[in-house]
Amino acid sequence: METKSLKGGIWTKQVNVRDFVLQNITPYHGTDQFLVGPSERTLKLWDVCKQAIQEERQHNGVRSVDTDTISTISAFNAGYIDRENEVIVGLQTDELLKRTMKPFGGFKVVQKALSEHDLQPSEVLTELFSKYVKTHNDGVFDAYNAEIKKYRSLGFLTGLPDNYARGRIIGDYRRVALYGINYLIETKKADLANINGPMTDAVIRLREEVAEQIRALKDMIVLGAKYDLDLSRPAETAKEAVQWTYMAYLAAVKEQDGAAMSLGNVSTFLDIYIQNDLEEGLITEQEAQEYIDQFVMKLRVVRHLRMGAYDEIFAGDPTWVTEAIGGMFEDGRTKVTKTSFRFLNTLYNLGPSPEPNMTILWSDDLPQNFKDFCSKVAIDTSSIQFENDALMRKSRGSDDYGIACCVSHQTIGKSIQFFGARTNLAKTLLLAINEGRCEITGTQMVDGIAPLEGEYLDFETVMANFKVAMKQVARVYNDSMNIIHYMHDKYYYEKAQMALIDTNPSINIAYGIAGLSIVADSLSAIKYAKVKPIRNEEGLTVDFKIEGEFPCYGNDDDRVDALAANAVADFNNELKQLAVYKDAEPTLSVLTITSNVVYGKKTGATPDGRAKGVPFAPGANPMHGRDSKGAIASLNSVAKINYEDSQDGISNTFSIVPKSLGHNEETRIENLTTILDGYFSKGAHHVNINVLNKETLIDAMEHPEEYPQLTIRVSGYAVNFVRLTKEQQLEVITRSFHESM
Amino acid sequence: MSLHYQDNILNVHSVESFGTHDGPGIRMVVFLQGCKLKCQYCHNPDTIDTHGGEEYHIQDLVQMALKVKPYFGKKGGVTVSGGEPLLQSKALIPFFKRLKEEGIHTNIDTNGRILNHFTEELLDSYADLVMLDIKHMTEEGFEALTGVKNKETTFNFAKHREASGKPMWLRYVLIPGITNKPELLQALGEYFQNYKTIEKIELQPYHKLGIHKWEALGWEYELKDARENTEEEIDDAVRVLQNYFKEVKVN
Repeated sequence: METKSLKGGIWTKQVNVRDFVLQNITPYHGTDQFLVGPSERTLKLWDVCKQAIQEERQHNGVRSVDTDTISTISAFNAGYIDRENEVIVGLQTDELLKRTMKPFGGFKVVQKALSEHDLQPSEVLTELFSKYVKTHNDGVFDAYNAEIKKYRSLGFLTGLPDNYARGRIIGDYRRVALYGINYLIETKKADLANINGPMTDAVIRLREEVAEQIRALKDMIVLGAKYDLDLSRPAETAKEAVQWTYMAYLAAVKEQDGAAMSLGNVSTFLDIYIQNDLEEGLITEQEAQEYIDQFVMKLRVVRHLRMGAYDEIFAGDPTWVTEAIGGMFEDGRTKVTKTSFRFLNTLYNLGPSPEPNMTILWSDDLPQNFKDFCSKVAIDTSSIQFENDALMRKSRGSDDYGIACCVSHQTIGKSIQFFGARTNLAKTLLLAINEGRCEITGTQMVDGIAPLEGEYLDFETVMANFKVAMKQVARVYNDSMNIIHYMHDKYYYEKAQMALIDTNPSINIAYGIAGLSIVADSLSAIKYAKVKPIRNEEGLTVDFKIEGEFPCYGNDDDRVDALAANAVADFNNELKQLAVYKDAEPTLSVLTITSNVVYGKKTGATPDGRAKGVPFAPGANPMHGRDSKGAIASLNSVAKINYEDSQDGISNTFSIVPKSLGHNEETRIENLTTILDGYFSKGAHHVNINVLNKETLIDAMEHPEEYPQLTIRVSGYAVNFVRLTKEQQLEVITRSFHESM
Repeated sequence: MSLHYQDNILNVHSVESFGTHDGPGIRMVVFLQGCKLKCQYCHNPDTIDTHGGEEYHIQDLVQMALKVKPYFGKKGGVTVSGGEPLLQSKALIPFFKRLKEEGIHTNIDTNGRILNHFTEELLDSYADLVMLDIKHMTEEGFEALTGVKNKETTFNFAKHREASGKPMWLRYVLIPGITNKPELLQALGEYFQNYKTIEKIELQPYHKLGIHKWEALGWEYELKDARENTEEEIDDAVRVLQNYFKEVKVN
């Protein structure tokens, strides 16, 4: 792009993409009328992909795997879907949907994943990794102590990234397009030169990391060359800007297989190039949409090699290519552009899809036309989620941010996250009434909790014990996290992504909890009804007898909603006391992904009347069937959890049947926009929207072949419904579908 | 708790925080307990008995409404339905008065069988909208459907609303062969065609979703043989009524 047509600023003197966007954005307040359908080339390409995806599903989720090559940024030759129709090029390997080994997270995991498909790594690699090369997983288990292992195996801590890559880090992929890689190498070299002694652990580590980043940048140039692209220089056209940005992301997903690898917030950035080329008459709207359609198509076919057990916590083979769309600048202008619309339009042009995980940054001040279009897309596709832009901007102090993984704020290029999986808060509560013993095995987990006296549970005593248990669980949780992230940096450092982030960024550690609604309702039952524990001969609770009624979380009733909010605040406060590796700032999320099912399985009966093994509600959702006052009361209960106590995110999944949302399309759109305005004005953080009939899901369970693209939002992301296990499908179907008539 | 209603207390069957079919926009719907009719198609038969329900202080209901208010947007508000809300007009006056003070739109879903000085005050001073249920255009039909006599009461109620100049919607349940007949629809249209306060008429095609509630109450469901409308029958009814009303909506 001719730089003379651009407004200069700080961005011309240092790496600062935000400033570039701020100076050059064309906010858009119009309607979706300008959008166009897919080009013929796009449709041809997507047909090839759809066929391949179907084959993948028929082959137990894996179409092909390379068992000889360790995937690196430049390990594979160029690959194409259908070269003559590809406007935006680049695949993770030389073949569509081919999965690769990235063994530095853990070689055993790679072996396991392959063996599930009757494959194994090449002999050379097997020998290397069993004799000479150490991985993240090896390092972690060298350092874990007995206590951490106990908490892990009994289900107090689950899904820890100790045998897979932690993900969550978002590279500023825009930098490659705006500056070209040569300039980025120069700035990293200058940074490295300025990192000097005394040579403490931290300084040595940082020098090594920056050196790795420079190596990764050079490798990205090699990757580009394989596709005849010169990534060393800045992008000059809209097409190049899309291509360069994608190449940067592609480098990341070739080198890493992090659980969630978000894209960031590229749409508004790309719009500047597209707008320029449109104004110059270089391209038409059809071409603009084609770039975005094909870019998005590439993001939909990102794949990692996962073992079956992974599906329990992250069901449906997600990759979390999360793209944050919309929001406002601090100066009051909207970040909505025509390309925000173009991204959403891919859900029509290519059909619904879980990836990329499109997340609307909602603010009361967004253009009305954009709000209504987002509502329409949510109603039509159940593929997008919404987060509170005004809340995050104010609380986190940045207006140039992406969403890491599902729901978590991350300032692009300036900060990163350490992913912390989650702890089981319901099981922690059971420690409080079982003398600190695991309710299932009787194993002593926490000392200092006396046996309970009396026939009925006493609220004050249980609360006091619960706090003791939370403190100890937080301590062990923190210990495990410090080991995990130390080892991940050491053995599986994200050099490609970190190369596109400022040297020495701020870090927050993303702790999490599961089972919040169970905890809230259990405490409510103990406080407002009479709860009699039934114990086995070892004195462990096996059931609870509830006499009388108690308010349930999800009905906008402060008596119980305060118990939920306080549990989050209390656990967060315990975590805040504990020092974290690399001085990361502790934050907490109420987010389960799909682990609410497996967490439930590992948890005994709870005082709210939930039987042993029954799935938890996902994220911060009220327990299904207990929210009896309608959809808004349910939303209001969740909105009471204070974001300041849970800055990593509070996930809520809202499912409603179309007819209940309104009697026709126009009313449904109007009502959904109004709900979102209302919900976020209450200080709520996040919501997934599903507008579906339960019958559709039941039919899809029975006839999966007829619903290849049926997408449904779960906690913080979206999945192809037909790729869930039967158990998870049933859990989704039993959830509350609001259907007041 | 029965017919002796107390000041500032409403006898409530249930509260729905997200109503989208009970007036304009998103509404909190307070279903009040008790009705003097026993309509054969009633889909909330558990609200008929005037004994039962739960007592709510209007202050608590106002608080609930305030919590939901951010979701009302420009159109929504609070609807009282039932049961028959006007049986509790006296307590509805301070309730609606408080809602109006809070800038909340108010709506009453009623069969219009009561018109006394309480209902008049409620209607004239505090009800932004009334949704009036027209059961049947003939006396025999009215009595057969509702179990009570004198359909004129409802029409007198409509006249009062018209005279006040404040907005009203009509609601009409379409049952094939019982209320969905061309001559009845024409009579309905002709009767109300000159009303200026009627913004629209909503047709509620008969459905059997409420039957299980009758069974749960141990009551005989007398309309068992009635069937649901075909698409065509609904379209035909709409066509007839469009000759008389500005807007005809099918719920």
